[in-house]
Amino acid sequence: MLQITCPWCGEREGIEFHCHGEAHIARPENSAEMSDAEWGDYVFFRKNPKGVHYERWTHDAGCRRWFNAIRHTVSDEFIAVYKPGEAIPELPEKYRDPASNRTGAPQSKETK
Amino acid sequence: MAQKNRLPDGGRIDRTKPVRFQFNGKRYDGFSGDTLAAALLANGVSLVGRSFKYHRPRGIMTAGSEEPNALVQLGTGARTEPNIRATQAELFDGLSADSQNCWPSVGFDIGAINSVMSKYLPAGFYYKTFMWPASLWMTYEHVIRNAAGLGKGPTESDPDRYAQHHTACDVLIVGGGPSGLAAALAAGRSGARTILVDEQSEFGGWLLTDDTEIDGMAPTDWVANTVKELAGLDNVTLLPRTTVSAYFDHNFLTAAQRVTDHLGPQENTKTPRQRFWKIRAKQVVLAQGSLERPIVFADNDRPGVMLAGALRTYINRYGVLPGREIVVFTNNDSAYRTAIDAKNAGAVVHLVDLRPDPDNPVVHQARQAGIQIHEGSAVVGIKGAKSIHGVEIAPLSEDGKSLAGPTFVVSASLVAMSSGWNPSVHLFSQSRGKLRFDDALTTFVPDHTPQKTRSAGACNGTFTLAGCLAEGMEAGAAAAKDAGFDSAIAGPSHVVKEDAPGSMRQVWTVPTVHPLGKGTRKHFLDHQNDVTAADVHLAAREGYLSVEHLKRYTTTGMGTDQGKTSNVNALAIMSEIRSASIPEVGTTTFRPPYTPTTYGAMAGQGVQELFEQYRGTAMHDWHVNNGAVFEDVGDWKRARYYPKPGEDMDEAVRRECKQARETVGIMDASTLGKIDIQGPDAAKLLNMVYTNAWSALKPGRARYGLMLNEHGMVFDDGVTTCIGENHYHMTTTTGGAARVLNWLEEWLQTEWPDMEVYCTSVTEEWAVATLSGPKAREVMEAVAPKMALDPQTFPFMAMQEGEVAGLPARVFRISFTGDLSYEINVPARYGMALWEALMEAGRPHGIVPYGTETMHVLRAEKGFIIVGQDSDGTVTPYDLDMDWIVSKKKDDFLGKRSLTRTDTARPGRKQLVGLLTEDPNFVLPEGAHLVKEVKPKPPMDTIGHVTSSYFSPNAGRSIALALVKDGLNLKGSSFQVPLMSGHVETVTITDTIFFDKEGERARG
Repeated sequence: MLQITCPWCGEREGIEFHCHGEAHIARPENSAEMSDAEWGDYVFFRKNPKGVHYERWTHDAGCRRWFNAIRHTVSDEFIAVYKPGEAIPELPEKYRDPASNRTGAPQSKETK
Repeated sequence: MAQKNRLPDGGRIDRTKPVRFQFNGKRYDGFSGDTLAAALLANGVSLVGRSFKYHRPRGIMTAGSEEPNALVQLGTGARTEPNIRATQAELFDGLSADSQNCWPSVGFDIGAINSVMSKYLPAGFYYKTFMWPASLWMTYEHVIRNAAGLGKGPTESDPDRYAQHHTACDVLIVGGGPSGLAAALAAGRSGARTILVDEQSEFGGWLLTDDTEIDGMAPTDWVANTVKELAGLDNVTLLPRTTVSAYFDHNFLTAAQRVTDHLGPQENTKTPRQRFWKIRAKQVVLAQGSLERPIVFADNDRPGVMLAGALRTYINRYGVLPGREIVVFTNNDSAYRTAIDAKNAGAVVHLVDLRPDPDNPVVHQARQAGIQIHEGSAVVGIKGAKSIHGVEIAPLSEDGKSLAGPTFVVSASLVAMSSGWNPSVHLFSQSRGKLRFDDALTTFVPDHTPQKTRSAGACNGTFTLAGCLAEGMEAGAAAAKDAGFDSAIAGPSHVVKEDAPGSMRQVWTVPTVHPLGKGTRKHFLDHQNDVTAADVHLAAREGYLSVEHLKRYTTTGMGTDQGKTSNVNALAIMSEIRSASIPEVGTTTFRPPYTPTTYGAMAGQGVQELFEQYRGTAMHDWHVNNGAVFEDVGDWKRARYYPKPGEDMDEAVRRECKQARETVGIMDASTLGKIDIQGPDAAKLLNMVYTNAWSALKPGRARYGLMLNEHGMVFDDGVTTCIGENHYHMTTTTGGAARVLNWLEEWLQTEWPDMEVYCTSVTEEWAVATLSGPKAREVMEAVAPKMALDPQTFPFMAMQEGEVAGLPARVFRISFTGDLSYEINVPARYGMALWEALMEAGRPHGIVPYGTETMHVLRAEKGFIIVGQDSDGTVTPYDLDMDWIVSKKKDDFLGKRSLTRTDTARPGRKQLVGLLTEDPNFVLPEGAHLVKEVKPKPPMDTIGHVTSSYFSPNAGRSIALALVKDGLNLKGSSFQVPLMSGHVETVTITDTIFFDKEGERARG
């Protein structure tokens, strides 16, 4: 029973929401030129990290809008929520992967 | 009847309110404020039940919810409840309880033969005995299930009411003992919305038993003052008789409040019997206290062996001295208080201390009080089975593994034991908290948790009263502060004078005159599931060393008490066997609920007709009044067929099918999903979500479309109509309505936010009646005289708005039956008026109402698919032989690229075909498989399966659709369909159209 902050409505019960898996996968616009492997990667392959995960959610039993969330898959902590098209928030220090200089945000600049 | 063990005064019972009750059919007296256990002990009843496996006589071991033994069947008839802990059940006038798991009576129980046979019923007995042959398990299971089980569940439906209550608070405090009360004071005074929950009938916890003064007051006075102050604070909610049953994510906790259980059955009241709380707390303070550990010694399950703290509670809180000659057996100081209180209450007390040289102030007090202390000694056996006559005591060797001298017997009827205290870490663990083993306390204590929760007092491993009060105060203030309140006014700290706790001596298995597992004496660990120390040794010998294996093999900790009194002892014994530390052995997971919770409370008001609500159309009452049989489609109730008197389903459907093709049929199609799509980019959206082209669709024209997911698989279909410029009316399958709307919204909101399109569900706004059949136009002419109905003006796949039966309507000339059809949409509130007018106008033409079953047959006669029945998420438009609907010209649409993936485009995929059976009257079962070669028994290589199958009255034979490997190339070939019955039917593959192959009827 999570408690989730909808970027439009505020804090609501988890049962009002639905998770749609990994965020920031842009639909390819040149699919005709893509190999089966490339297209298959877009259609079938998703990250499944133990730790910080960028996800898509909908507030189905509320405003019915889509949004993005950064959730920790172990603690279920929602580190940030943001609207589609908004810049990906920077990860707080304690969640950053010490092995890299990156903030842990997805590579793709496109948002979905 | 005299309460022979009731002390002349003292206790928190109300002696002015006598209460009569029955146990095993005998009448007894008690007082208001008693638990059933206290009243039984007051009346000298020590034998309360029989154990689960060996049917050994058992008594009352504890004074709280951790009780493993004294489980009773409470109440009778529809209100009977099994496995109620006598230690928690509050006494009320007329209470009636019975022992469980015994026959014919608790005193003489036939099942006790298991005890004599115990050598042949070792741990893992069932696994070992009933493993082979597997085919006989069904027989074994039946017998085992009959022999096992504790109480009996009620067989009638529950007459009581239950409520659910959702709430939120700043600080939730679980446990109303000293730590919880102190935390509530601090949080309450800060102004934070505070809820204090305690499972007992009154707050105070251990303070109702103990006599250590707080701020110069008797502890019960301090409790009364504290509760009075808390009750006066508007921001504080006090919930006694409420058990927090579970701790979920993000500080969501559930609690079961027993509202009227202590009053007995309530008739004609609107008050719920129990209320189930769902609480979202910003901060949680866990102050659940601790549970005393039993000592694992020989015969430690005899009725009359109880925990030392429990005995003290019965003496001080209930004014009951359950025995006049008492042996207190301990490894720590806390039981000395019990001994002193028992002595003061008039008992003869022997103290048996495992420690060779106990030397603390409380030891001296006990000695001064005239209590004989047997140091470095142990209880090694008990005389008596159904009650205790004497206690065998012997000095213990230095290593605690053997006896260091001869045994002697003291006369006693009661043994009070204490092996130290285990913090109640159940909820902390449920919050995903990790535990840490504390060597000094020899128990698990809370370590860290990802949730916003704090543990305070005994459940945190703090066992002094001063420590509990201070930690509670601190935790309450800190929680309030973290919830955004000023914690500076928490209040002064409390003054307590008490001795520092002394050392302990752990002897995890107390030896007896025989080696463990030999002789008749048993060392019980888990009293509810009858697991002994010898069983743990056996499990270890047989290789079940991991704690999870140990638990499953011996069933320790798997009773309704979840091993509250047994788990740490079991782990400790296993750690000794393995010569490993207890944390290395590990601990099992604590799972909700903390104590058994009534299903009624969890269901609340969501029972019977409120369990699942249904959707009915505007014409629903007409269907009911005309004898329709309904089927569930999603949440909808849809009329399946309308039997005439004496007709069964087959007969009704054949009649409806015939008549609808000969005259005219009418069907309620209101449940079809309907989405209103508007905006300048509406056609662009349709082009992306459907496989065919939409740009050229003119207002007033309709088109059928298939939707694919990005895998290229069909996931919905329907007709979409252009209502006007930038305005479309989309229909979906009944079950897919929500899915399709979500699908459109997903793409519009996330991928194509620049498209200006607005989608609105209008399923409920329109009532739809479908007229279908050769006489449909005549009926329309009668109800819509102003509408142009000739086929030139109003052709197939057209829509016009106008008046039908005087109602504003949109009429669609689309057809799911293959006959001349009109789907008449009117605002939902006019649905019934439309339906009745159509029935009236149709009567001269022989109109027949038909249901979904007939609709299925009629569409199958035409080979029209039902998405989800003839397709299953692995089917492309090509697999459905619907190449014509996939645009070759469009650059892109959802799923397009997947249609050319190697696997999707390969030949030989399962494809939709028609089937004709050799016997025209034989109707294949849906789901039946086609094979090339019938073998004597499965498995056989399948080449496909039947998706739809009916008897078609219009084709005059059975028809079927099937998904068959390479089916489109196999037309004319015959295959076998072997059935469960043994019958093998030969089928021939055909095309999918069985009626009116030219398709002229719909266009007429």
